[in-house]
Amino acid sequence: MATSKVEGSSSLRHAFGGVLSVFILLLIGVVAFSIRLFSVIKYESVIHEFDPYFNYRVTQFLSKNGIYDFWNWFDDRTWYPLGRVIGGTVYPGLTLTAGTMWKLANSLNIPLSVETVCVFTAPIFSAFAAWATYLLTKEVKGPGAGITAAAILAMVPSYISRSVAGSYDNEAVAIFALIFTFYLYIKTLNTGSLFYATLNSLAYFYMVCSWGGYTFIINLIPMHVLLCIVTGRYSSRLYIAYAPLVVLGTLLAALVPVVGFNAVMTSEHFGSFLVFIIIHVVALVYYIKGILTPRLFKVATTLVLTVGIAVCAVVVAILVALVASSPTKGWSGRSLSLLDPTYASKYIPIIASVSEHQPPTWPSYFMDINVLAFLVPAGIVACFLPLSDASSFAVLYLVTSVYFSGVMVRLMLVLAPAACIMSGIALSEAFGVLTRSMKFHITKYFECSHTEAPAKLGESTSTESSAPLENMTKSDTTEKPEVARKEKVARRKQKKEKELTENAHVKPVSAKKEKRPLVLPLEASIVSVFLLIVLGGLYVLHCVWAAAEAYSAPSIVLTSHSHDGLHVFDDFREAYAWLRHNTEVDDKVASWWDYGYQTTAMANRTVIVDNNTWNNTHIATVGTAMSSPEKAAWEIFNSLDVKYVLVVFGGLVGYPSDDINKFLWMVRIGGGVFPHIKEADYLKDGQYRVDAQATHTMLNCLMYKLSYYRFVETDGKGFDRVRRYEIGKKHFKLTHFEEVFTTHHWMVRIYKLKPQKNRIRGKSRKSKLGSKSTSSKSGGMTHKNPWN
Amino acid sequence: MICFRLQQIFSYHEREREGFRAFAVSLSIDSNSTFTPIDHRSDGMDRRLQFAFVLLCLGLLSSTARSDLVVSKAERLVDLNSHIVRVLSKLKVENEGPDDVSEVLLALPDAQAKNLAAIRTFYSDGKLGFVLPTEPIEPKGMPSDVTYYSIALPKKLGKGKTVSLDVLSIFTRSLKPFPEEITQAESQLVVYTDNMYYTSPYPVKYQSLVFRLPGRVESYTKYPKVELVKSELRYGPFEMQPAFSYSPVVVHFENNNPFAVANELVREIEISHWGNVRVTEQYTISHGGASLKNGFSRIEYQARPYMRGASSFRVLIAKLPARAHSVYYRDEIGNISTSHLWGDSQRTQLEIEPRFPIFGGWKTTFTIGYSLPLHDFLFEADGGKRVLNMTFGCPLDEVLVEKHIVKVVLPEGSKDITVATLFPTKQSEDVKYSHLDILGRPVVVLEKDNVVPEHNLYFQVYYKFNNISLLSEPMMLIVGIFLLFVACIVYMHTDLAISKTSSSYLEKLQWEEVQATVQHIKNIFDQYLAAHDKLESSLRDLSRSGDVQSCKAARKAADAQFKELAKELKPLLTFLQSCSQASSILPKIEELVTKEKEMQEKEMAKHTTVVDCFEKKLGGKDIESRIASQQQKLTSLKQEVESLLDSISEI
Repeated sequence: MATSKVEGSSSLRHAFGGVLSVFILLLIGVVAFSIRLFSVIKYESVIHEFDPYFNYRVTQFLSKNGIYDFWNWFDDRTWYPLGRVIGGTVYPGLTLTAGTMWKLANSLNIPLSVETVCVFTAPIFSAFAAWATYLLTKEVKGPGAGITAAAILAMVPSYISRSVAGSYDNEAVAIFALIFTFYLYIKTLNTGSLFYATLNSLAYFYMVCSWGGYTFIINLIPMHVLLCIVTGRYSSRLYIAYAPLVVLGTLLAALVPVVGFNAVMTSEHFGSFLVFIIIHVVALVYYIKGILTPRLFKVATTLVLTVGIAVCAVVVAILVALVASSPTKGWSGRSLSLLDPTYASKYIPIIASVSEHQPPTWPSYFMDINVLAFLVPAGIVACFLPLSDASSFAVLYLVTSVYFSGVMVRLMLVLAPAACIMSGIALSEAFGVLTRSMKFHITKYFECSHTEAPAKLGESTSTESSAPLENMTKSDTTEKPEVARKEKVARRKQKKEKELTENAHVKPVSAKKEKRPLVLPLEASIVSVFLLIVLGGLYVLHCVWAAAEAYSAPSIVLTSHSHDGLHVFDDFREAYAWLRHNTEVDDKVASWWDYGYQTTAMANRTVIVDNNTWNNTHIATVGTAMSSPEKAAWEIFNSLDVKYVLVVFGGLVGYPSDDINKFLWMVRIGGGVFPHIKEADYLKDGQYRVDAQATHTMLNCLMYKLSYYRFVETDGKGFDRVRRYEIGKKHFKLTHFEEVFTTHHWMVRIYKLKPQKNRIRGKSRKSKLGSKSTSSKSGGMTHKNPWN
Repeated sequence: MICFRLQQIFSYHEREREGFRAFAVSLSIDSNSTFTPIDHRSDGMDRRLQFAFVLLCLGLLSSTARSDLVVSKAERLVDLNSHIVRVLSKLKVENEGPDDVSEVLLALPDAQAKNLAAIRTFYSDGKLGFVLPTEPIEPKGMPSDVTYYSIALPKKLGKGKTVSLDVLSIFTRSLKPFPEEITQAESQLVVYTDNMYYTSPYPVKYQSLVFRLPGRVESYTKYPKVELVKSELRYGPFEMQPAFSYSPVVVHFENNNPFAVANELVREIEISHWGNVRVTEQYTISHGGASLKNGFSRIEYQARPYMRGASSFRVLIAKLPARAHSVYYRDEIGNISTSHLWGDSQRTQLEIEPRFPIFGGWKTTFTIGYSLPLHDFLFEADGGKRVLNMTFGCPLDEVLVEKHIVKVVLPEGSKDITVATLFPTKQSEDVKYSHLDILGRPVVVLEKDNVVPEHNLYFQVYYKFNNISLLSEPMMLIVGIFLLFVACIVYMHTDLAISKTSSSYLEKLQWEEVQATVQHIKNIFDQYLAAHDKLESSLRDLSRSGDVQSCKAARKAADAQFKELAKELKPLLTFLQSCSQASSILPKIEELVTKEKEMQEKEMAKHTTVVDCFEKKLGGKDIESRIASQQQKLTSLKQEVESLLDSISEI
């Protein structure tokens, strides 16, 4: 072979590989974006679920009034009469991101509505997250693994569930921020560059802006640093990667109003400061070790140790005393329920009442990460061959996130990137091994067909290195990471062109083959490659199915397929549109807190409680009202200035997540604050039921009455299609409430509080009674109404 | 222009109520055809006025200014089927005076005139029909509580001649719900008040009045000459009534037809010269009838058809132009799924259902949008102008639009914009920025209050536009992306270091130099390997052909090349040794050099052995056994060299 050809082909291969990988990454971005559009295509371009409506509303406010008004925004449309300081209680990252995107588009005269930008923010950031995964995995195990991991992450169902178009929630940008922060940390760790360390702090800042899950970062990175120190991997690079992050990152985090001084005050952050101290001590020790003779060093060690331990003990004792003096030990409720999975169900029913805070079931692992669950162990093994700083971080990330995902379903989302990285590494390593041995066999075959002599030559080589795995391990460990990376380039190319390898690629490659031949039999490797491809294909099928069927429903529009075609249940918006157009602007609407965000955003009416469950007492008040008899409930609502009460009722069409099914939480939360609500009064044989066996209290509470008012007239029996039995009390009248609107499928029912009864009878008693009635009313309220 | 007229006529035909249809068939429109502007004088005059009227009439009986005209016959047909009241008055006017008369006056009590949405006079002389200009005027010496309209006759009316005029006047908000609040189960009753006699400044010889009603009549003004036949209430005939005769007539009847009122309609028509007209209509619809009391009960609405809420309306039908596509129907919180679309070559019909049935006093908002092919609506006009020809009104059936705003967004760069409408509108101009605009698109804003379906006439927007401007936006994009790439190239190829003497910068430079050197060394080694390959292939040739001489020549050439390469390599190596930054690679390169040397030796040795063997004419097997060990070492060496090369190439 000609010299020039060899040389040309290798540089061409590099250039080609670069272009190809850029192209592949672009395609991965496109896949990540487009797989999330099922919701727009199957339904419509609309904001989904509950929290996204709040974010959408905040973004609308931001785009209309500007950033300064946003920081100072006191929202009087919610938590009436308390209100909420939005600017200080919201993670602004998502809103600011979408607001900026909107502003940018509009400054270029591209007329996008705020809603459109919000709907597509999550898919766009999923593409970014896929690219960030590529960068992170590339730092850990080379570009081949990077591209595989990026492709896997682009369509991992767990992440899709939180980032389909319209799912405009914090997680949409936070996962990108999380991965990117980790990438910059690893990059700094690998290069020891202060530039990247600064970028890392900024990325961390963005993460703090975006999501409360930033505490995961600020605990995971210190854990890794500690791990490195303990295993004797301390280096100046580690110091540069960590120390600036803590200092700059904490300063920046404190700038976010919702975090503020929590960045230094709460226990979630203490770990990072502790490790910050430790790394300085270690750095000092290494420095002193460098300037002292071994003997002197030993003396110094004993001296410092005795004094140091004493000081440390005192400091720790003070800290413990301080922390222990606070009731929650300085931890927020959600963090505590992470550390102690049973905490929430014991003490904070409001956290426990959210389904996404429950521990996941095994099928949900299969649903959300599918085949990755099987690839992850292989990835861990690959990370240990060899174990570098970066790969140890990946392993640590995986292990911690597996734990967290086991506590809360929601945190499956944090596990997903880790699983993708591990699977990417595993797949890429497997393909590397298999294709290399395939290529070896094929070149051998190729040379055989030409001359006999080199055939023997090849054979001898293969016998020489017939201990494949050990050989590979050894050479891998001895070589520098650069070498490994170079290999990955080649491997990635091989992987991407694995179909081509057999025919077209043989000729140019044959010059430089049998580097470290691994003797897996040809047939075995072909079969394995084939199986891996099938596995990948199954994964893709599952992801597309999950994206199209499982995770695309916007939940405000429901559809069902019946014999006469698609049936659309658009009752929520029907009710909100009615409220928006046919009630007074300042009317207050009471409902269970799930519908608070939607009511403020879609109906533009003031609500009593909403999904930002910051005031437990207030929620308990509404819960109490819902579980009280009509008169008491009327008094509570009237004292809260409520004009309309909204209940969600699924009994007619069989919509299971209605208020009757959520009723146990209303009772529990209400009873937690106002002891006259006793859960036992509502239970029959330990169960909530509304059929003939239900308790008297249950059949007379407001929620029952508002849900089933005149329900019996639909079919004559009052058969509830969710609970699958006939209701207990069929015919009753409302005395203090009046039905004003019920949607087409009865899913939302709105009632109006009747005005106060005129109690004045005779003219002579008018003046006397007039004053008396008000006083007796307030007197009565102190008795029944917890609000006074 | 002809074609527009025809379309206008067509639209008349479309819009006429059945009762008047026959009437318009034979019409053609004169060049000065126009609509009468409607004058809303909200002077608070209401029914109190009626009293004043009666008095007035008595006083005026003898003193009418133009008493030489006489209405010989006046037949009035009042259509009360929808909430828009249409009154068709068929007049026969006779000139009894000596002078020729060129205008005829119409009179409307102010109480009615303030509700007047449109007035139109049709005139027919045998074959052709005309629409005559009907203008409000304020004649002197006439009673002041009456609004006058003057009809300009096409030719003067001579003595004793008669002319037939058909006057169509359309009133809005003339049906008052009574009672004003009803429950869901009740049907809606409304009251209509009118003058039993034809209000005219001229004496009326013969007249009659017919009310066409949609349903049950609750009560009506009793009078000797009245009869109720099916759905028609007939008063008259009355003979020889003086000018300004007045006698109130009140009809209280059931009307459950939808009282759909659009409080505001913004129609935006955006023209794209790429072949599309996009129409966006934003409605605020409310129910103008009796308001609902006691809440809305779904169970009664669904389960008991007779209590369905007869007064409410659930469906609205929009008649869109033919070939309308990309139709959407949504509101501020998303798509509304309850709509149906039909279409044929003549028209497209969109049936929309608001999110909830609209009861009295209820309100909702929504947006309809659709696209139309440009060539159906845009034409070339004289003087290089283009003309857009679109209908003005609202495409919904029987909807009264209280505030109608039409915005025509012309493409960026349009000039000399003029608008032609058949009725007066408030015009203003605006600019809209959209889709990468720099100058913005000129917008013509037309505003009109109280628009009824009869206003659904064509209007024209004339403007000049150069087709070249179409390319400006794509060009801008192309240039923008091109500049981005240029910027990238410039960035990659320029040295942006601020301090050219800083140590890090120098280091970087040196590092680049080292890289170049290493690349060079790599090339040299590739050549080495190629030379080895050549030697090997010469050996193979030897085994095939037995040509020892050529084999020796190959070796000589290889020797020479090796020496040359060694010479070339030397300065590079010394440079690397002197360079501090190369220290990390240097050991590898040195290893490479020694390995290669070793390989050279082995290769030479092997070559010599093989050649010797051939010269000694030894058998193939023999040769193989002799070189076997060498071969083995050689391959392993070669492999090492190659892997070293690979590792070096990736720095």
